[in-house]
Amino acid sequence: MSEREHTASSFFVLGADHHTASLETREKLALSADRLNSFQLQIEKLSGLSELAVLSTCNRVEIYGVADSPVVIDRVQEEFCTSCNLSRSQLEPIRHLATDRDAVAHLMAVASGLESQMLGENEIFGQVKSAYQAAQARHTVGPVLNRIFQKTFQGAKHIRTHTGITVGQISVANVAVDLATTIFGDLKSAQVLLLGAGEIGEKTAVALRSRGAESLTVSSRTLTKAMELATRFGGAALPFETIPVHLHKFDIVVCSTSAPGAVITLFTATTALRRRPVHPILFIDLAMPRDIEPGVAKLENAYLYNLDDLARIAEGNRAARQAEVAKARSIVAERAQAIWKQIELSSASLGHGRPGTATALTPQPPLPGLDRGASST
Amino acid sequence: MSFSNDRLWLWLGAACYLAGFALGTLSMARKKPHSRAVMYFIVGAGYVFQTMGLYLRGAAVRGCPLGNQFEILQFTGWSATTLYLLVGATFRLSLLGYATSLLSAALAIVSLSIPSLDTTRRVGIFGGNPWIEFHAALALFSYGVFALLSLTSALFLIRHSSLKNKRLSGAFAFLPSIVDLDHISLRLLITGVGLLAASLAVGSVWWFRDTSIVNLSKLLITAGIWLAYAVALALRLGSLLLPKRLAWVCIILFAAALISLWPVDASRNLPPKADSAADHSPI
Repeated sequence: MSEREHTASSFFVLGADHHTASLETREKLALSADRLNSFQLQIEKLSGLSELAVLSTCNRVEIYGVADSPVVIDRVQEEFCTSCNLSRSQLEPIRHLATDRDAVAHLMAVASGLESQMLGENEIFGQVKSAYQAAQARHTVGPVLNRIFQKTFQGAKHIRTHTGITVGQISVANVAVDLATTIFGDLKSAQVLLLGAGEIGEKTAVALRSRGAESLTVSSRTLTKAMELATRFGGAALPFETIPVHLHKFDIVVCSTSAPGAVITLFTATTALRRRPVHPILFIDLAMPRDIEPGVAKLENAYLYNLDDLARIAEGNRAARQAEVAKARSIVAERAQAIWKQIELSSASLGHGRPGTATALTPQPPLPGLDRGASST
Repeated sequence: MSFSNDRLWLWLGAACYLAGFALGTLSMARKKPHSRAVMYFIVGAGYVFQTMGLYLRGAAVRGCPLGNQFEILQFTGWSATTLYLLVGATFRLSLLGYATSLLSAALAIVSLSIPSLDTTRRVGIFGGNPWIEFHAALALFSYGVFALLSLTSALFLIRHSSLKNKRLSGAFAFLPSIVDLDHISLRLLITGVGLLAASLAVGSVWWFRDTSIVNLSKLLITAGIWLAYAVALALRLGSLLLPKRLAWVCIILFAAALISLWPVDASRNLPPKADSAADHSPI
């Protein structure tokens, strides 16, 4: 272990994400559990690489490490290329590389959801945490990564709490679920009817399930298909032609059939609501052409939302999140600066070399994935 | 100003309610939900001050402070806040604290700012009869419940309108779910009707003993309000009154109940027909 192994001067991130890599390329880059393990075994052996954590999600693969020279980072990149069956020339146009404070800022932006395909999504925070925990389990983290990751989690939490980047749902399925909670509050006892087997309808059903809806009934023109779906969701199947008779039993009706005309007419909805006058029904029409007659929206206790309505809400939420990005990025910059300063101070107090002097291995072209100012090449 | 001055404590209470209102307004303007615990604390502090003020007033008049419009407004606000502190903790309805602080601040500030509401007060209105006093306090407490009910009804109508017009962001995002609002309104309605019924039942024991003490206009107005709320409740329980219409009914009825306080209160200022016992029935 060299003297500089514990300095922060060579903290780096190397990787690629959805900003620059196509889906096909990301498939190649993705590190399955086995590949991740063998890749880590390979690079853990590299001398000059004192700390290591690997983040691998469907949208990004990133290697965070502490290296004592740009040459070591270069060797990490070589190993990564080998592991993914990519040539150096294939990787370099799409990869991002940042060091020191910029790498800290990048990690915090990733953990905050600022770099996510769906801006502000929550899952990434857990994924970064898992990557860190996995590295802890492998004993590949040391004083630098420990401090950077822990401070990053605090920073990401602060950003999520103090800016609006996570406010509102931005996918149609999640908007529909939010809408359901706006009407029913707790979804545990809500009776959900899924009409048709459209993909977006299924996604909505999955989202409803994940938010606590326990009772799900599926109905489709083909009973076999309805039963298949019902089995998958752990629900019940309902013959399509009996819907008018049973409609009043449901609180949330999600329609995504490919029927050419309306499946739920004004008359059907009126009759159902008469049988449950004080209990509202949320109709979510995700079909094209529409499954529910527009007149249903005028019924007092019915709330009708179609695909356009949900998309408009999702778009509004996305725009609202986007408007918060600048504020979030300024917090990232501020916090990254503070974390890096702490690392520099602790390195200095330990008598290690002056941090912040590391440079990347070779001159790099401007990195499209790092228009966030993370390139230190 | 001395700490034994009831108005000082009531002003402090009003200031806290105003602070709660300011907190809610600010958080809505910033599109960020306020802390429910902070709101609960602010309204709770206002409640403590107001209770202290009403206690001092009650000690001074040796009875429940319901002797003029100032005291009636203060007591109504205090009742609504009591309910919020009980209901708010149980149901955790967002914006209810904001709405309660607005209502209590409005009632407190109006009563404190108009000196004529507190220039005179009737003395011995309960004739030293604790049951009549209890009847009056229960009746006014039910008005507090109806005040809170009108607030949850207003929130229901705003939520309903936002859902129908597909406007869910901004301040609308802070509103509770429409089903929760309907449930809490129904419970408040049951509570209010029950309390007013109990108040009338307690009062009727004395009225039946001596019908000459009954102020007919007061009795008719109070019974009419109770009956209107009871009919609304029956229709709702029978699923004949839809939640949206119930919300409108509750708001209109509370406005009518509030307005009726003035003629009812004024009627007590008329010279008694036979003896001072005519004032024994406060509502």
